[in-house]
Amino acid sequence: MTENDVTVAEMPPLTDSTQPADASSVSPSAASAPQIRIAVQPSARAQDSRNLETRIAVKDLNIYYGPKRAVRDVTMDIPANAVTAFIGPSGCGKSSILRCFDRMNDLIPGARITGQVVLNGEDIYDKGVLPVEVRRRVGLVFQRPNPFPMTIYDNVAYGPRRHGVKDRARLDEIVEGSIKRAALWDEVKDDYRKKSGLALSGGQQQRLCIARTLATEPDVILMDEPASALDPISTLKIEELIEELRQRYTIVIVTHNMQQASRVSQMTAFFTLGQDRAGVLIEYAETAQIFTNPRQQLTEDYVSGRFG
Amino acid sequence: MRRSLVWDRVATGVFWAIGVFVVAILGAIILHFLLASMGTISLDFLTSDPSRTNLGGVAPILWNSVYILALTLLITVPLGTIGGIYMAEYAGDGRLPNLIRLSQELISSVPSIVVGLFGLALFVIAFGWSFSAISGALALTVFNLPLMMRLAEQALRAVPQDERDASLALGATKWQTIRHVVLPLAIPGIVTGIILTAGRIFGEAAALIFTAGLSTPGGYDFSNLNVTDPRSPWSPFHTSTTLSVYIWKLNSEGLGNFVHQIADTSAAILVVAVLAFNLFARGLGRALQRHTTGSR
Repeated sequence: MTENDVTVAEMPPLTDSTQPADASSVSPSAASAPQIRIAVQPSARAQDSRNLETRIAVKDLNIYYGPKRAVRDVTMDIPANAVTAFIGPSGCGKSSILRCFDRMNDLIPGARITGQVVLNGEDIYDKGVLPVEVRRRVGLVFQRPNPFPMTIYDNVAYGPRRHGVKDRARLDEIVEGSIKRAALWDEVKDDYRKKSGLALSGGQQQRLCIARTLATEPDVILMDEPASALDPISTLKIEELIEELRQRYTIVIVTHNMQQASRVSQMTAFFTLGQDRAGVLIEYAETAQIFTNPRQQLTEDYVSGRFG
Repeated sequence: MRRSLVWDRVATGVFWAIGVFVVAILGAIILHFLLASMGTISLDFLTSDPSRTNLGGVAPILWNSVYILALTLLITVPLGTIGGIYMAEYAGDGRLPNLIRLSQELISSVPSIVVGLFGLALFVIAFGWSFSAISGALALTVFNLPLMMRLAEQALRAVPQDERDASLALGATKWQTIRHVVLPLAIPGIVTGIILTAGRIFGEAAALIFTAGLSTPGGYDFSNLNVTDPRSPWSPFHTSTTLSVYIWKLNSEGLGNFVHQIADTSAAILVVAVLAFNLFARGLGRALQRHTTGSR
C-alpha cells in the first residue's frame, strides 16, 4: 500500500488532538477494499471529542414500535459544533434515533422510548417538556426536499411566524440571513419574494429546506439522508454547506454514503442490527478512526464494503 | 384474421359502445329539455312572476332555489369543514369516530322524502317555523352535512404527511400546521366538494316538499332588506318553493294553461344549472390546485 491509496480531502481539525491520525494508521482492510477512499489529510489531526462540549447526551435509549424493539440500549455523547454521522445498514434504527432527538417519533402511533435524551442539560423526554418546544430548538431536514407550496420567502418565514415574529423588518432580516447562510442567496435573490419554493431544482429545494430550518434558530440540525435524492453536484453543495454550518450548529447526519460520512463528519457512529433485529450501536469514535482503524471487526467489515 | 384478433376487436367495440352510451344518455337528457323549452325560454320567463292564466315566469322560484342553496351552504360548509378536520386530524380510530362514520353512511342512505317528513315534524311543526326557506335549508343540511364532512375529511387526508411533518419539525403546533399548511392544500378538494354538494342541493325536491312548501310570494322587492317581513326575498321565514318542487307540483296538479311548457323549461334551467355547477367545480378545482401548489 502506498500513499496514493489515501484520498486527500479537506478535513479541518476541530481542536488540538492527542491522537494524531495520518496515513500510517490506515488499516489493512482499507487497502483490501480500495473503493472506500479514506479522507485524511496528512497534516490534519483527528479531533478529540473529549475536548468538546456535549450537546446531546443519549443514555440507555431504547425505541419501541408497538411491541417490537427497534433500537437497543444506545448511549452516546454528541459534541457541539461538530458533524456527527450515523452510518449502518438499512433498518438499523439510525433514522429512528435521529427522530428521537426532536421528538418526531412521538407522531408515530405506538412509538415509545425508554432512557434519556439530554439536550443542553435537560432531558427532552421529561414530563414537563413540550415536543413543540424541543422542535424549535432542534431542526430536522428530511430525505426528500419538502418545501411548502408557498413562495421562497414564506417558506423561510414559516417557522419564525409560527413562533410569533410579526415585525416585517425583523422577518425580512431573518429570511435574508437564513437564505444566505444556506448558500442559496445568489440563486434566488431576485425573485425570492414571488417565486414558489416548488419552482426550484431539487438541490435548491433542499437548501431552501435548510434555510427554513436555520430561520428557527436551532441549536441542533438533524439531517436524514439530506442528499440521497440529489445529483452529485447538488450533493457537493449540500456537503460544503454542512461544513460551513458546523461553525455555528451541532449537526447530526444519517447517511448511507460512507464517502459522504468521511467527508463531512468529525464523529461517526456505526449501527447495525442485533440478534433480536433491534438496532445497536457498535462503535462510536472520531470519523478518521472509524474509517481507518476501527476497533470492532463489524465496523471494519462494513466500512470496507463487506456487508450492508 | 385470427379468431383471437377478431374477439379483441369485438371486445374493444363493446367497451367503446357502453362508454359512448353513457355520453348519449347525458346528451339525450340535455337535448330533450333544450328542445322542449324552445319557444318558452326567454329573459321574460326568467324575470316574471308565475301566472295562472298566462305563461308567466319563474323568477321568484328561481330565486328561492338560489336562496335555499346559499342558506344551506352557509350552514353546511363551516360545520362540515370543522367536522371533517376533526375526523381527519383528531379523531383517529376509536369508537366514537367509527360511530360517526357509520352515522354518516346511514344518514346518506335515508331516502330524502323521509328526511323531508322528519323536517316537517321538527322544523315546521315543533319549532313552529312553518313551511319556509329556513325549514327547507335545515332539512337539506340533515343529509348534506355528513356528505360535506366526508368530502372535507377526504380532502384533508389527501394532503401528504411530508407537509405536516415539515411544519411540525419547525416547531409549529398541530393547529398551526392544520391552519397554515394542511387546510390551504386541502382547499381545492374542499371547494370541489362544496360545489358538487351544491349541485345536489339545487336539484333536491323530495326533502323540500314538506319543509319549504309548495307556494311562494311573488313580486319580490329586492330593496326590502327586512328579513322579518315575509314579503322580502331576503327573509327565510316564508314559503319558498324551489324549481325542482315546482316541476313536481306542476306535473302532479296539472292546473293551468301552460303547465307542460313551464315544467319543461324549469327542468331545462335546472339541468343547465346543475351541469354548470359540475363543470365549474372541475375547472375551479384544477385552477386552485395550480394556484396552491405554485406549479404552472
